[in-house]
Amino acid sequence: MADLDTFRAETRSWLEANCPPEMRTPMRSEDDACWGGRHFTFQSEAQKRWMTVMGEKGWTVPDWPAAYGGGGLSPAETKILREEMKAIGARNPLSSFGISMLGPALLKYGTEEQKKRFLPEIARGEIRWCQGYSEPGAGSDLAGLQTKAEDKGDHYLVNGQKVWTSYADKADWIFCLVRTSTESKHGGISFLLFDMESEGVSTKPILLISGYSPFCETFFDNVRVPKDQLVGEVNRGWDVAKYLLGHEREMISGMGLGSGSAKTLAQSLGEIDDAILAAEVALFDVDALAFAAMSEHFIDQLKAGEAHPAMPSMMKYAGTELNKKRHELIMAAGGSDALEWESERSRGGKAPREWLRTKANSIEGGTSEVQLGIVAKHILQLPGA
Amino acid sequence: MTLLTDDQRQLADMTRSFLAEEGTIKKQLRHWRDTGCKDGFGHGLWKQMAELGLTGLAIPEEEGGLGLGATEATLVMEEIGRNLTPSPFLTTALVAVEALKGTEQGKRWFPGIIAGETVAAIAVDEGPHHRPRAIALEAKRSGNGFSLSGTKQFVVHGASADVILVAARTAGSAGEAEGLTLFAVPRDAAGLEIENVTLADASKAARLTLSNVAIDADAVVGEVDHGFEPLRRAMRAGRTGAAAELVGVAAGASAMTLDYLKQRKQFGKLIGEFQVLQHRAAHLFGEIEIARAATLKAAELLDKGDERAGVMSHVAKAKAGRVSALAVQEGVQMHGGIGMTDEHDIGLYMKREKVLDALFGDVNYHARMVGMLTA
Ligand SMILES: Cc1cc2nc3c(=O)[nH]c(=O)nc-3n(C[C@H](O)[C@H](O)[C@H](O)COP(=O)(O)OP(=O)(O)OC[C@H]3O[C@@H](n4cnc5c(N)ncnc54)[C@H](O)[C@@H]3O)c2cc1C
Ligand SMILES: Cc1cc2nc3c(=O)[nH]c(=O)nc-3n(C[C@H](O)[C@H](O)[C@H](O)COP(=O)(O)OP(=O)(O)OC[C@H]3O[C@@H](n4cnc5c(N)ncnc54)[C@H](O)[C@@H]3O)c2cc1C
Repeated sequence: MADLDTFRAETRSWLEANCPPEMRTPMRSEDDACWGGRHFTFQSEAQKRWMTVMGEKGWTVPDWPAAYGGGGLSPAETKILREEMKAIGARNPLSSFGISMLGPALLKYGTEEQKKRFLPEIARGEIRWCQGYSEPGAGSDLAGLQTKAEDKGDHYLVNGQKVWTSYADKADWIFCLVRTSTESKHGGISFLLFDMESEGVSTKPILLISGYSPFCETFFDNVRVPKDQLVGEVNRGWDVAKYLLGHEREMISGMGLGSGSAKTLAQSLGEIDDAILAAEVALFDVDALAFAAMSEHFIDQLKAGEAHPAMPSMMKYAGTELNKKRHELIMAAGGSDALEWESERSRGGKAPREWLRTKANSIEGGTSEVQLGIVAKHILQLPGA
Repeated sequence: MTLLTDDQRQLADMTRSFLAEEGTIKKQLRHWRDTGCKDGFGHGLWKQMAELGLTGLAIPEEEGGLGLGATEATLVMEEIGRNLTPSPFLTTALVAVEALKGTEQGKRWFPGIIAGETVAAIAVDEGPHHRPRAIALEAKRSGNGFSLSGTKQFVVHGASADVILVAARTAGSAGEAEGLTLFAVPRDAAGLEIENVTLADASKAARLTLSNVAIDADAVVGEVDHGFEPLRRAMRAGRTGAAAELVGVAAGASAMTLDYLKQRKQFGKLIGEFQVLQHRAAHLFGEIEIARAATLKAAELLDKGDERAGVMSHVAKAKAGRVSALAVQEGVQMHGGIGMTDEHDIGLYMKREKVLDALFGDVNYHARMVGMLTA
């Protein structure tokens, strides 16, 4: 325990010395997130410095091995770091699909060479990744994907189309599911990594109901991918894909509880002069605080390797339904003010646009229906589910 | 519940085919939204509605209208909701008309409304929530008229209206029903500032600032200090109309979703074959039928002058709001990723529902009123 106390004290003073004051304020919107990557335009020097110092220390990925650019911290130390960051209101230094999705999959399935090549870049925020899973005909039925990769000796030749690729137009590299065999549905899928600047890759933005355009249709026309960029075995990419999806779900389930979650919703809404709304908010707080306890427990279980592999589905389902409810309540509390779409007063329609964005929570990363199906089948072992 | 008469059915059919042709999302909502129209609706359509007699639907025959009632109004509103057709029908032809019926101001504005040339708005809310009793905007006697000062918000079509019915306080204090007076304020009144605000569903609702706006005594609608009565009538018409529009929004969204369930394949099946979606679709069907029945009941009681109309109009708005919210949420969810795109129409239903829910009081407000009135 004494060691941990020392670690806490050292962490506190390091954060105190290194976290810029501007990075200790709550994020105002999704736009405040730091994504890193080759083409990222930092909002401020402070934002850049915060990502850099944390990346150099390996604290963007505190529990990854130091050999791959991580912090090499134990689960207990990682938890202390999280607590100390929260205590000073430090922003997340780097939001990244590399950290939350690809990294864990590489740690488990990557070759030593792939880990050395890709993980440190992810930790330092140098390469921004996007996820090439869904296709027009393969959404919930992800294994129905058609994008083809032909074996051409030293490389694969990739042809096909992806859809809903978040930030594809801003990403440097893509982790992508492709079909290498048509003999079996799940057994013919492979997992490839490649540069979005490769010849034959193009993207077309899709506008969302929130008025933003964070994702794209992505097209591959004779894209050459070197063979050493295949992760895991050929035709066995489904295992990698599922493992990664577990981490994606974990990440999404945590979204509703981002910075400032210690405050209850009621406090952030101010005075509520409506008895029914007040009651709903109180009931929501019960659910949110209980879910926060579950999240903490779940993360401890995960780190200890004790979580059921289908548990992220339960967490994703519960967390995202909760987040949608949170935004329904924010809209109800805001009344007609919360309906304004463009005015300065409404900060460009922050409330309604965020409310609309949360409606995707129960769709992206596998829909709520699909998560419940997974729980019924793999945890409850219900027949035919 | 009584069934519709032949005339009512004809009106519903006529409106349905007219709006399915002229009031479509592509021709109206998307067009006005994407061209950045300052009104958020088309005057051409308003004129066409006048030619069909719809704009004067609720105006008494002796004043030049069709003299129809709340039931007919809900039939039209449901079709407007189904097509998400932007128009001043609710605020002008139902709410303002109800307030102006049998008044001198009515004589002045009805011909324009009947002709589809006049747009009217009503200004009640002063904060982000509907609290008609809390009205504080002050109307002081001055000369042989009044001087109005204060602010209003969520005034639907406020920036396009030729006349705005402003609810003000001539006596008493905020919280009291007595002492309210309704004024018909022309758009160009000196001292009236109108900020045109775009809402999430691309409709427009103004914020008003009145600084010593001088109004003649004959601009009073009804009687001085007794404005709560015409306001109450107008709000009943407004919330019943909005409830019917919400039913239409729910019906339109669910029709679009059912269609999709019968087309989209995943796992080698039509997604409509998954029982989990079937049950939810079936549940929603029942909820929409119930919300529609509640709305028609409220309208029927209003038409009969039955005293239970008040409670039932609150029930209708609350139930229709909840059901419509369920319908649009299920709609987007069952469409999956495509439902989140601007290109697909289902999301437009979600935005319209949110605005309609807040208009003239949200689900919580009306549920609270039901609780009070049935206690
Ligand atoms: C904001 C957002 C970001 C996204 N980002 C990415 C990304 O970066 N990369 C990527 O690859 N993908 C991404 N996606 C895609 C996402 O993973 C898919 O949209 C999702 O898996 C659903 O697929 P679908 O859209 O084809 O819907 P469908 O699979 O067509 O589903 C339609 C409806 O049917 C239901 N349904 C389908 N199958 C079943 C079943 N067996 N039982 C019961 N109900 C069923 C669904 O739950 C849904 O309600 C994103 C999506 C969104 C909305
Ligand atoms: C008070 C009472 C009066 C009755 N009166 C009559 C009568 O007059 N005439 C008559 O013929 N029968 C009558 N029944 C019997 C009744 O029709 C059956 O109990 C009922 O159909 C359910 O069948 P079960 O009990 O075999 O349950 P099961 O069919 O075994 O169902 C068990 C559970 O599984 C669910 N379930 C079953 N199939 C599905 C499915 N496809 N999808 C989703 N969930 C499913 C059920 O909803 C239930 O929760 C009566 C029952 C009761 C309790």
